[in-house]
Amino acid sequence: MSGARDNPPGLSVLDRPNSYIGRSVPRPNLARLLQGRGEYVSDMVLPRMVHVVFVRSPHAHARILEIDTTAAKAMSGVVAIVTGGELAELVSPWVGVLSHLKGLKSAPQHAIAIDRVCWQGEAVVAVVAQSRAAAEDAAEVVVVRYEELDAVTDMRTALDAETAVIHPELGDNLAFERRLDAGAVDQAFAAADEVVEADFVFGRHTGVTLESRAVVADWSAGDQRLTIYQGTQAPHMVQNIAAKHLGLAEAQVRVVCKDVGGSFGIKVHIYADEMATYGLSKLLRRPVKFVADRIESFNTDIHARDHICKGRIGVSRDGTIIAFEIDDLTGIGPYSMYPRTSAIEANQVVNLVGGPYTTANYRARARVVFQNKNVTCQYRAVGHPIACSVTEGLVDLAARRIGMDPVEIRRRNLIRDDAYPCASPSGLRFEALSHHAALDKLLAMMDYDGLRAEQARLHKDGVHRGIGLASFIEVTNPGAAFYGVGGARISSQDGVTVRLDAAGSVICHTSITEQGQGSESITAQVVASALGVGMERVRVVLGDTDATPYGGGTWASRGAGIGGEAALQSAKALRGNILAVAAAILQARPEALDIADDAVVDAGGGERRIELSELARIVYFRPDTLPPGFRPELVATRHYVPREYPFAFTNGIQAASVEVDTVTGFVKLLAHWAVEDCGTIINPQLVDEQIRGGVVQGLGAALFEHCIYDARGQLLNANMADYLVPMAAEMPDIAVGHVVSPTRESELGAKGAGEAGTAGAAAAVANAVNDALAPFGVTITEIPLTPKLVLSALGRI
Amino acid sequence: MTAPAAPAAVAIALTVNGELVEAQVLPRLNLADFLRDQLALTGTHVGCEHGVCGACTVRLDGDIVRACLVLAVQADGAAVETIEGLSDSGEIEDLQAAFRDRNALQCGYCTPAMLITAQDLLLHQPRPDRATIREHLSGNYCRCTGYHAIVDAVESAARARAGRGRGAGS
Repeated sequence: MSGARDNPPGLSVLDRPNSYIGRSVPRPNLARLLQGRGEYVSDMVLPRMVHVVFVRSPHAHARILEIDTTAAKAMSGVVAIVTGGELAELVSPWVGVLSHLKGLKSAPQHAIAIDRVCWQGEAVVAVVAQSRAAAEDAAEVVVVRYEELDAVTDMRTALDAETAVIHPELGDNLAFERRLDAGAVDQAFAAADEVVEADFVFGRHTGVTLESRAVVADWSAGDQRLTIYQGTQAPHMVQNIAAKHLGLAEAQVRVVCKDVGGSFGIKVHIYADEMATYGLSKLLRRPVKFVADRIESFNTDIHARDHICKGRIGVSRDGTIIAFEIDDLTGIGPYSMYPRTSAIEANQVVNLVGGPYTTANYRARARVVFQNKNVTCQYRAVGHPIACSVTEGLVDLAARRIGMDPVEIRRRNLIRDDAYPCASPSGLRFEALSHHAALDKLLAMMDYDGLRAEQARLHKDGVHRGIGLASFIEVTNPGAAFYGVGGARISSQDGVTVRLDAAGSVICHTSITEQGQGSESITAQVVASALGVGMERVRVVLGDTDATPYGGGTWASRGAGIGGEAALQSAKALRGNILAVAAAILQARPEALDIADDAVVDAGGGERRIELSELARIVYFRPDTLPPGFRPELVATRHYVPREYPFAFTNGIQAASVEVDTVTGFVKLLAHWAVEDCGTIINPQLVDEQIRGGVVQGLGAALFEHCIYDARGQLLNANMADYLVPMAAEMPDIAVGHVVSPTRESELGAKGAGEAGTAGAAAAVANAVNDALAPFGVTITEIPLTPKLVLSALGRI
Repeated sequence: MTAPAAPAAVAIALTVNGELVEAQVLPRLNLADFLRDQLALTGTHVGCEHGVCGACTVRLDGDIVRACLVLAVQADGAAVETIEGLSDSGEIEDLQAAFRDRNALQCGYCTPAMLITAQDLLLHQPRPDRATIREHLSGNYCRCTGYHAIVDAVESAARARAGRGRGAGS
């Protein structure tokens, strides 16, 4: 630890001597990952463990006529072959709706399909065998006869009268619709000097976690308990759902989450095949392992986006944006995902369009339709990339129409930095944002004027470069408004327990989880700082419903803001407990004491009075020496959830510099900049790397990633050779800057940072490409921006 | 449909991280599954199982290969090195430290293979520029970091090695 500063201790935990807050300390858990000694679920082996693979539907929509497992059952190593009807006796079906998304409907979904399959890849038969290879061999000889049904694959015609209804009992293919009308939109458009419209198209893409979804379910017939080892972002949610649908008490289910090979929202849901695996373990009374292979990942991991959004913007000649209007349509597959539902993304789009701007007139409609493709649901930055691309695409189109620089139109319309608190037309409440400070910082970082001059110079040589900007707001630190009010048992609060052990070390249990963001590190940093101990003394335990406090987990950019505050308050409470013990031992007043560098010290002079290890020794082994009646308590627990604001909004802005090859249609990413305001920064390096990683996921969406379905609902590129992801050679260096506007709702002041990169990256790239194409008079409002799309726009193919 | 008769296992002998290993393997077993399932060397990760993501990269007789594209029987008589061996020998200690200091890993699933690929680059080209590093790592997929930090880490390890080389009187 670095030397103590002069400020008096105890005033603010963030300013305490030797604070780790704001320092880029390395994550404490990296050594095992660097040595290949991580413990991922796919690595797990348990005694008597068997492996399940699933026979999956080759059709997008079909009736199951017959399943013949005779040959498969005779195969060597086969333990059991189970159909949907058989498993339904153990696992009850579910319906993915939430009551606050009014009108949202979906049909019952089973762990394994019964009678009918609704997308290519839906599981039809479970084959359990002694090894995965044996299970795959047997799965190959399971015979399923299908009768193909009409597949609904085009979301644009999903609501037409002549289109088949996927779930007849629901009446139509409309899962959810939301309308919003704020201000006086018609008058505003009538008064506008210019009105610009465009259709924005967003390809389906998916998370492509490098470790696929994996679960080991272990039903102990002796204990009558199910232990689920799973790489999940929300262990308590999994516990609740597994118990509910297997007919168990929650206390009979333990969820353990060790290392997770990437998540990004893919692993925050409950998948049918995972539910089947839990049920199979109970059925077979032994551990069952499921690891999705890459084809299964592409066909069953949730997809995201797949929106067509008509956008309209009204603008005055002086650059004032006076109205936004959108009509968004998205296809979500045959079921609303469980338990978070598949209506959230469209709902977010309605909430977020126009969010950075002062524009008061805003009308929106969003429709969410069923289709016979894989389900879509919440993936990193849910709805934000769509809202940002539509908003910022429209703003650039308006600027071009009136001949204004993209920076200038933003300056004139972004909410002023001194205007807070305020609210958006969709009702979002902003506590403190910093759009203008972020814009100024970005322009300085990128040397905007220099880039523009270079662009003009190169243009004369036939080099087509473009610069694109994208401002955005981001939902972080969600309270109960996200899921709890809709009836989902998904906790919005998190808890942390901190304990001083007998040797003076600190054990900390937190309900947030780690998938590589640095949850363990920021928890240790906060606890060490608030307590006054070295970080190496703090051990953090996460991901075990038997051990940690009850809480939400790590998703929706909530880990640092909510779990971090719980860590801060629990450490402060323990500090108070320790000082009470120290005061009793030292016959001093607690307020005259402090903790620094692993010892109780005089609050005034900093003189060391008693080592924490000595204090703990007395408490645990010689309590007889303490004053009569004094009851030491060296453990403290605190929980936290934001109450004042339903979400802590953050903001940011990104910029991309690209070069478009008008002969090949290739877009080259030259540089990317991001400025983000996530409030208090606990670990600058971790925040920067969250931003960079998020940006690259957005760049993938902008240029490469696309789940391509044919008209029959067949996913044509379900492998990593044909589904393109960003690799090192195509990606640019990414410069990251910060503005810091802490939330005053918590003492820590941290907001989320995990999704900001993804929120704005594609919009910045699309605007940059259109800037490069401006001399040709063409605009592309579709991603991914493939060479084919670029050449088509240029009329070359 | 009748299942074909199971093929007989084949005896192989190879060295893995310097230790002689003798095993019976089915002809279809790939090297990644052999290392993971039979030798419990789970640091070799499986990502795509078709040679694209690079997560299963190991060293085979000194060259990096994708263990999902090599059959275990092909490794008969060969010397295989995995992340566990390279960690225990200390060969890539400086690279690992650079990754740690630069937070060049998040979930860690791509990391063992990324380190092995980076070490391969530095053995063949001690002072690579950033574009060369990006090119060499472009067969290793990382979903978390966006690559920037990984490139930084490899660059700094390369610089440090070059500095040490000079310091040793070269």
